[in-house]
Amino acid sequence: QCSSELMGPLLFPSYILYLDKIQFEEGEGARAVPLSGHVGFDSMPDQLVNKSVNHGFCFNILCVGETGLGKSTLMDTLFNTKFEGEPTQHNQPGVQLKSNTYELQESNVRLKLNVVNTVGFGDQINKEDSYKSIVEFIDAQFEAYLQEELKIKRTLHSYHDTRIHACLYFIAPTGHSLKSLDLVTMKKLDSKVNIIPIIAKSDAISKSELAKFKIKITSELVSNGVQIYQFPTDDETVAEINSTMNGHLPFAVVGSTEEVKIGNKMVRARQYPWGTVQVENENHCDFVKLREMLIRVNMEDLREQTHTRHYELYRRCKLEEMGFKDTDPDSKPFSLQETYEAKRNEFMGELQKKEEEMRQMFVQRVKEKEGELKEAEKELHEKFDRLKKLHQDEKKKLEDKKKALDDELNSFKQKKTAAELLQAQTQQAGSSSTLKKDKERKK
Amino acid sequence: RSQKAVSIITSFYGNMADVGKTPVARNEKASSEFGYVGIDAILEQMRRKAMKQGFEFNIMVVGQSGLGKSTLTNTLFKSKVSRRSVMTTEEERIPKTIEIKSISHVIEEKGVRMKLTVIDTPGFGDQINNENCWQPIMKFINAQYEQYLQEEINIDRKKRISDSRVHCCIYFIPPTGHCLRPIDIEFMRHLSKVVNIVPVISKADTLTLEERDFFKQKIREDLRANEIDIYPQKEFDEDAEDRMINEKIRAMIPFAVVGSDQEYQVNGKRLLGRKTRWGTVEVENTTHCEFAYLRDLLIRTHMQNIKDITSSIYYEMYRVRRLNENNTKPNGQPAIHANGVPEHEVLSHEM
Repeated sequence: QCSSELMGPLLFPSYILYLDKIQFEEGEGARAVPLSGHVGFDSMPDQLVNKSVNHGFCFNILCVGETGLGKSTLMDTLFNTKFEGEPTQHNQPGVQLKSNTYELQESNVRLKLNVVNTVGFGDQINKEDSYKSIVEFIDAQFEAYLQEELKIKRTLHSYHDTRIHACLYFIAPTGHSLKSLDLVTMKKLDSKVNIIPIIAKSDAISKSELAKFKIKITSELVSNGVQIYQFPTDDETVAEINSTMNGHLPFAVVGSTEEVKIGNKMVRARQYPWGTVQVENENHCDFVKLREMLIRVNMEDLREQTHTRHYELYRRCKLEEMGFKDTDPDSKPFSLQETYEAKRNEFMGELQKKEEEMRQMFVQRVKEKEGELKEAEKELHEKFDRLKKLHQDEKKKLEDKKKALDDELNSFKQKKTAAELLQAQTQQAGSSSTLKKDKERKK
Repeated sequence: RSQKAVSIITSFYGNMADVGKTPVARNEKASSEFGYVGIDAILEQMRRKAMKQGFEFNIMVVGQSGLGKSTLTNTLFKSKVSRRSVMTTEEERIPKTIEIKSISHVIEEKGVRMKLTVIDTPGFGDQINNENCWQPIMKFINAQYEQYLQEEINIDRKKRISDSRVHCCIYFIPPTGHCLRPIDIEFMRHLSKVVNIVPVISKADTLTLEERDFFKQKIREDLRANEIDIYPQKEFDEDAEDRMINEKIRAMIPFAVVGSDQEYQVNGKRLLGRKTRWGTVEVENTTHCEFAYLRDLLIRTHMQNIKDITSSIYYEMYRVRRLNENNTKPNGQPAIHANGVPEHEVLSHEM
């Protein structure tokens, strides 16, 4: 994600814009008074807009659709730029969301555009969980904003809003009806994001088939209770164009970044042997309508709906889930802080309990190990004793043997001495025959 | 020097008035400019939305009685919006304690609607003993922050939280010509921490230009010496351009103003003024008094900025203090009732 700090250090609380009309009727304690001259607060819209221009804008689009439906090309065509990235392969193991941020500028307006693509959507054999990663992603952006909003020291005015403002749902140009994956996914997303369904690569369908296709899609969405984004018709300046466009949904689009010469102009088009589909020709496709609605007329409303409707719903559900309530059983208002404190204490208590448990387990383990080691030590001692004894026995045996040998040696020596003495005596007696007889006797 | 400052202020306004006024003609652009996306159309969308929703502005006037608060408010908004003008049946009495009275009006100009709330503080500075006169006012301001906070932390929030926070407090300095009085310093010292303070020298037609300049200098010195940060605060300048404009303003405040809702004929024109035997003080003539600068600052150029500082800085400061308080309860008892009314301790929103 590439993002550079273009925003100033202050100070545009953008949420102020996302408020309903101020009650200007009488009876709210405010009466209308006429002005006797020019005061000058008619510059307020200008002051507000100027502040936004300094601060910059952000817009986040999520493109959901099967691989190969031309999502990246359509984004390139819509925003007249070349977004980075190679076309994805079809062998992704699961659905991932890839997000890219771009800084665009037109006259004095700086837009931080965030385009999120679903990678691998519809490629798996088992698509039951395909929608899950998308829902998780959208929720994660809401969660991040909620976390910031709940912080004690927060910087909401300079927060980089990543919440998805518009979800372009790409429908494959089969010409028949919606796929069940489409219905399931859109149903899961309709309460979380503004869905704008579009028919991708619509140059594959003929005009008559297209009309039937659109009707079929619309009726399937209605009968399944899928809430798609309606262009707002409450402001009279744009009510007419918006309600007309509402009738053209889903938009049948064609995207192309290649230029072809038609007449004396270069236009973006797709060239076939039998003719050329011009992207910006309203007779050929609804691209211009999509651009008009998405960017030029309703971008601000998309952002507002995301903040005041989808985000508020998420926030309410999340906080209720966590156990916060506005009023207790006696209908007395709860202070968020009290509940928060209670929860915090509960959490700390749990934490302590877990810590205690872990400590116990650790002590137990240490004991066991100690026991084991003691056992081992004992065994070693015993072995040592045994060996020692063995060694001593051996030693004794050998000593005995030695003694026996010594005794033998001694007795042999004695005998030898005795024999020599006798020999000496007989020699002294003087006859060699006695010697011989002795010798014989000895033998 | 003041002439130059005028040109800066009005030229700034001039620039802003031009921004976005040129409508984005959709079809024109589409055909003539190849590759035009239309991102800048969001400015028009935003303007449309702002016009539809309207604006709110809450202004508080503080000063002793007789300093022309009501007249100045009426002059600023060119209509009878002050409390005094509305409550004609009430006796004109000075209350025994400080009262806080607010009154709202809806005014419209060129399609832009505004709910203007003027908060009056009768009784301020009129007692013999004015100790802690700033307290009830501070309490009121904090109570508005509290109300907004309570709404904001609800689970089920209203689509629109009505903003009753005081955006700007105009403090009236009597034209003594010498320096700030202790009550002035006390008040501004305390309140500049929670709200945008715009001090004005009231009834300035009793000062000559030299006296006026001397007085202003003394006042600025006193403010600096007491470390009082008045609007526009130096630390909230966004960028170099902002700083340049605001430095010019800071060199001129406090504005010396004269109020009037009477029109007189001067040189063939009907002008707002005060007629005396020696001449007519023209309220909107910048060589006579600085009313026009005040009006331009408060309404034509910096109104949004004033509101932004209130919500992004003062309100957030209050919120931080408040949320931190609850985290460090001394004895486990809730220090604040669920409806925001404190029990015994004097906490930040009581001060």
